[in-house]
Amino acid sequence: MAGGKVNNSPKILVFSTEKISDPAIDMAGLLKLHYPPTVYTIPVPCSSAIKPRWILHALEQGFDGVFLAADGTDCPYGETCTEKTGQLMNVTQQLMKDKGIDPARLKMAAICSVCSEPFVKHVKSFTEYLSKSSN
Amino acid sequence: MKQKIGVYICHCGGNISDYVDVEKVRQSIEHDEGVSLAKTTMFACADSNQKEMVEDIENRKLDGVVVASCSPKLHLLTFRAVVERAGLNKYNYVHANIREQVSWAHSDNKEGATEKAIQIVKAAIAKVRYAEALEPIKVKSTKAVAVIGAGVAGMRAAIELAEAGSEVFLIEREFFVGGRVSQWDDLCITEETGKELITRLYDEVMKHKHVTLFTGAEVIENSGSVGNFNLKVQITPRHFKLHCNSGELQKAIDVCPVEVPDEFNFNITKRKAIFHNYPSEYPQLPAIDLKNCTRCGECEKVCSNIDFSQKTENLNIKVGSILLATGFDPYEPKKGEFAYGEIDNVVTFPQFKRIVHYCDDKLTYNGKEIKHIAYIYCVGSRQVDGENKYCSRYCCTANIHTAITVKKKYKNIHNYHFNRGIRTYGKAEIWYDESSRLGDIYLQSFEHDPPIIEKQGDRTIVKIKDVLTTDKELEVVADLVVLVTGMEPRKDNSISNLLKVPKGRDKFFNEIHMKLRPVETVIDGVTISGASQGPKNIMESMNSALAAATKSFELVDSGELELEPTVAKVNEKTCEWCGKCEEACPYSAFEKIEKDGKFMAKVNSAVCKGCGMCLPVCPVNALELIGLTDQEVESMIDALIPTI
Repeated sequence: MAGGKVNNSPKILVFSTEKISDPAIDMAGLLKLHYPPTVYTIPVPCSSAIKPRWILHALEQGFDGVFLAADGTDCPYGETCTEKTGQLMNVTQQLMKDKGIDPARLKMAAICSVCSEPFVKHVKSFTEYLSKSSN
Repeated sequence: MKQKIGVYICHCGGNISDYVDVEKVRQSIEHDEGVSLAKTTMFACADSNQKEMVEDIENRKLDGVVVASCSPKLHLLTFRAVVERAGLNKYNYVHANIREQVSWAHSDNKEGATEKAIQIVKAAIAKVRYAEALEPIKVKSTKAVAVIGAGVAGMRAAIELAEAGSEVFLIEREFFVGGRVSQWDDLCITEETGKELITRLYDEVMKHKHVTLFTGAEVIENSGSVGNFNLKVQITPRHFKLHCNSGELQKAIDVCPVEVPDEFNFNITKRKAIFHNYPSEYPQLPAIDLKNCTRCGECEKVCSNIDFSQKTENLNIKVGSILLATGFDPYEPKKGEFAYGEIDNVVTFPQFKRIVHYCDDKLTYNGKEIKHIAYIYCVGSRQVDGENKYCSRYCCTANIHTAITVKKKYKNIHNYHFNRGIRTYGKAEIWYDESSRLGDIYLQSFEHDPPIIEKQGDRTIVKIKDVLTTDKELEVVADLVVLVTGMEPRKDNSISNLLKVPKGRDKFFNEIHMKLRPVETVIDGVTISGASQGPKNIMESMNSALAAATKSFELVDSGELELEPTVAKVNEKTCEWCGKCEEACPYSAFEKIEKDGKFMAKVNSAVCKGCGMCLPVCPVNALELIGLTDQEVESMIDALIPTI
């Protein structure tokens, strides 16, 4: 497993969205809702813009898990976002299976702009799952 | 690829450097590929540092800049402007968030936070290496603002916006304007009554032909984004025809058999299902509260202006910005909190104000004359065990002002103030002084030792261990106990759920930053004002309303907004036109073209909104988003993986 000298817990890459889930993750910091420092964020405009190859790249390069902090029904770009994010999730999980990667290492949840607590809960439980599965 | 990147790592006073070893971060990245300058700075946003950045860019011919500091929501634009001032295209700047997403989020793990900060700065450097000079996209913005809430803040903002030249839709959920201020009599400092102030603002609002006021109206749907919001407004009918005959109206009120607690008077009186909050309240047309009306038909027999055929209407409006002025709710003490709801002469401060309003020459409550009044401060504010940790700001001043009014209005009144330290800030100190001179008694205790209210026979006793007399146990026999209650966020705030406006720890609306970006929210185009932001007095509410009006106006004024140039681009070599991008695009930004003997996709960049929905569907990976290319994203991912 990849990991730094200090942070040995599983590394998670979060794809957040600039207008919706990123503000929630910022607010988690503001509210001092702690979560493991091995959770890193790359913001994108919309969760249905995430390419499966980016997710695979992250997993192959050493991330233990990828979390899609999806816009859900709040997406400013339209209501098809939920369905499209779901589709890219399915496509990626199939690709992961083909490559022999546990599809549960990719997780998705809708994180609204005020969903700081749900975000923290999700990344904590995901970290726990990844810790167990790597042992 | 950039060769001369400048990196600035901010202490943010100590907000970052208390938890992140910023010098270690600097050392870890200074030899990274392309980095020619790496500095730490106490406040990256300070004028002196901005000036230094401009000099660095010019003197050292930097071609890319990274600042690692707070959230980009706060300072991305600041540093883009710095880069632009130094003659560099602003898209050669990349922001790294090491405060909200590192130092604050991981204040429990300093080493972990430092390591995360290093990787985040490395990822930002990786991104800036491939950054390109870009021009922003321009979109049209509707020159209209929706102001939600017609209290003092909302009306003040509406007037300001209309005077500046914007179309304003002023939307009030209640049937009458004025909000909480209409429930107040004499106001502190000016001695004007709340009703007079509301009348003045309402008259001004109605003078402007660019303000459209909706009462009994609520926003029920929202779509679009900054510059172009589409709102659906539901308008509940009053069931009254315009220009109501006042004689007939009184008869209708008299015959109405329904009596419900009057919320306008904080339930100390009752009202009918046909009501106006006080005679001549604005708009000067009563309303029928259909939730409580039994449709007995008695009113229709005596009043020809009643019209039950009026239907709920839905209106669609288009605005460029939304200004929220939804106000507050007074704190409602729990049953038994300072004997509230258990001893009948314990009332809240808002109730007390209404009692004073209705008593002319003698102050009475429940038929008994009031001489001795005990005021218990900080009820529902500065709570040790409860949720409201904040000070409600207005209550000390408002209560002392009311105590003086009561003493002057009625004979032989004795005021006892059971406080936790008086905060009559600013000019209001004069009233504290005046009340002391008039003989009011101040007794003080700390938060862990609050006063106790007991019933002994007929008498209500308030006991305190008074710190001002070295913990002497003192007691007062009170005819009336007033719980000086603070402000709370609105319990029913459906508009905030609709717009997803973030709330802070105090559950009031959260501005991005109280000094740097006040009244703005992270929802682009939505501004906040008045007590919806947090406890404020009238003057402070008005000030924030003016700030919010100015900010909203800035968004709609020019009729045009600059948006990020993150649009899709097609790789003409690999695209073979399958049409999947066209299917995925919600804006119809793709068209099929023929070039060099083959079909391919073309992006209409004026229509493309840069959502990126087309990216994952392309079977040959011929699509990229400018500013979010595979190279940029994948190099960021690589940089986030530490090399041990």
